[in-house]
Amino acid sequence: MLTALRCVIYRDLLLAMRRRADVLTALLFFVIVVSLFPLGVGPEANLLRTIAPGVIWVAALLASMLSLTRMFSADHADGTLEQMLLSAAPLGAIVIAKVIAHWLVSGLPLVLIAPILALQFDLNQSLLWVLTLSLLIGTPVLSLIGAIGAALTLGLRGGGILLSLLVLPLYVPVLIIGAGTVDIASAGLSAQAHFLVLGAFLVVAAVFAPWAVAAALRISAE
Amino acid sequence: MLEAANLECVRGDRRLFSGLGFSLSGGELLRVAGANGSGKTSLLRIVCGLLSPAEGEVRWRGSSIRSLREEYWKEIVYLGHSNAVKDELTAAENLTVACTLAGMKVDRGLVLAALHRFGLAECAALPSKALSQGQRRRVSLARLILSENLPLWILDEPFTALDAAAVDYVRTLIAQHVARGAAVVFTTHQEAEIVGTMSTLDLDTWAN
Repeated sequence: MLTALRCVIYRDLLLAMRRRADVLTALLFFVIVVSLFPLGVGPEANLLRTIAPGVIWVAALLASMLSLTRMFSADHADGTLEQMLLSAAPLGAIVIAKVIAHWLVSGLPLVLIAPILALQFDLNQSLLWVLTLSLLIGTPVLSLIGAIGAALTLGLRGGGILLSLLVLPLYVPVLIIGAGTVDIASAGLSAQAHFLVLGAFLVVAAVFAPWAVAAALRISAE
Repeated sequence: MLEAANLECVRGDRRLFSGLGFSLSGGELLRVAGANGSGKTSLLRIVCGLLSPAEGEVRWRGSSIRSLREEYWKEIVYLGHSNAVKDELTAAENLTVACTLAGMKVDRGLVLAALHRFGLAECAALPSKALSQGQRRRVSLARLILSENLPLWILDEPFTALDAAAVDYVRTLIAQHVARGAAVVFTTHQEAEIVGTMSTLDLDTWAN
């Protein structure tokens, strides 16, 4: 089972390496969307500091949405998904591997670049850490929830739009808690409770999402 | 070994076949025949467990494949219509991933040897998008060479896009596999003369 897990992660990372443009598009989208706000709102430091967590989190949501449609659709089109469904390893394990690969390719780069982008909003250094940590715990949840939507809309016409309609509402709790982490820390209070709730989201999503994705994939393969 | 009982398949509003049953034991070859749209691919997908039949069940060594799941999939090879070959990966990488997912332990030597036997030695390191349709089919079929010890092969149109020499080679592979005591289910539109006992299941007679 671990061999299959490693094999799928390796395969998806290799595919991402050979299709670098796709990966860079989502990252550049994130950079540009975040950078538009200081330009549009103007150089008022207090306002920028207030909107920073929300803007960065919303941009991260949208950027991770961009790559969701590709999560299973390419494998579905060329028949490799069928072979995964008939694998000797449990489908749940393969789904976990695909989600991990998706996060490494489209979630982790956002986490790493977010503190640099946050400088445009004049966030102070301790808040940069809080923001980065909240994204580090939050973005895997986005990949996990997004995988359910990607699997459910597999093979549908206009699946991309439907996917956004399906997944964005489910992202709302993560957005509220994630952005709230930075807000509460900037008010000088401890953000520990928010981090624990984000962590709880991650645990619940990690347990239930692979199972839901596996069931959805079996249905869309029929 | 493999038994199908009272299978019914409905696609959309159309009932493709109903009451279909067959049984297959080791050393037997079953060809599924029928006109376009008669449900050959659907039947093979039901037999390998990708599609659930509207009625009836498929049993492997006496137990339903729906309860066996991974236990069953460990023992079969299913090669579908699509080649399951990734454009961005090389032939060798594609074959390695396919075999690892199927639960086999393969190393580079085995994979290259299998590709070599299918005449793909020079293409092993090329990205698959540089390969022709027939070559991709060969990459996908090369898995058969590495799956000699699996007791059931399910092949959907294995001969499409192949040249005459490759068709002959695949026929030999199938014949050898059956001679080893394994079972093979396949569909084809071409005249397949495979040595050994071949039974034919004509879906047109089950249609209604």
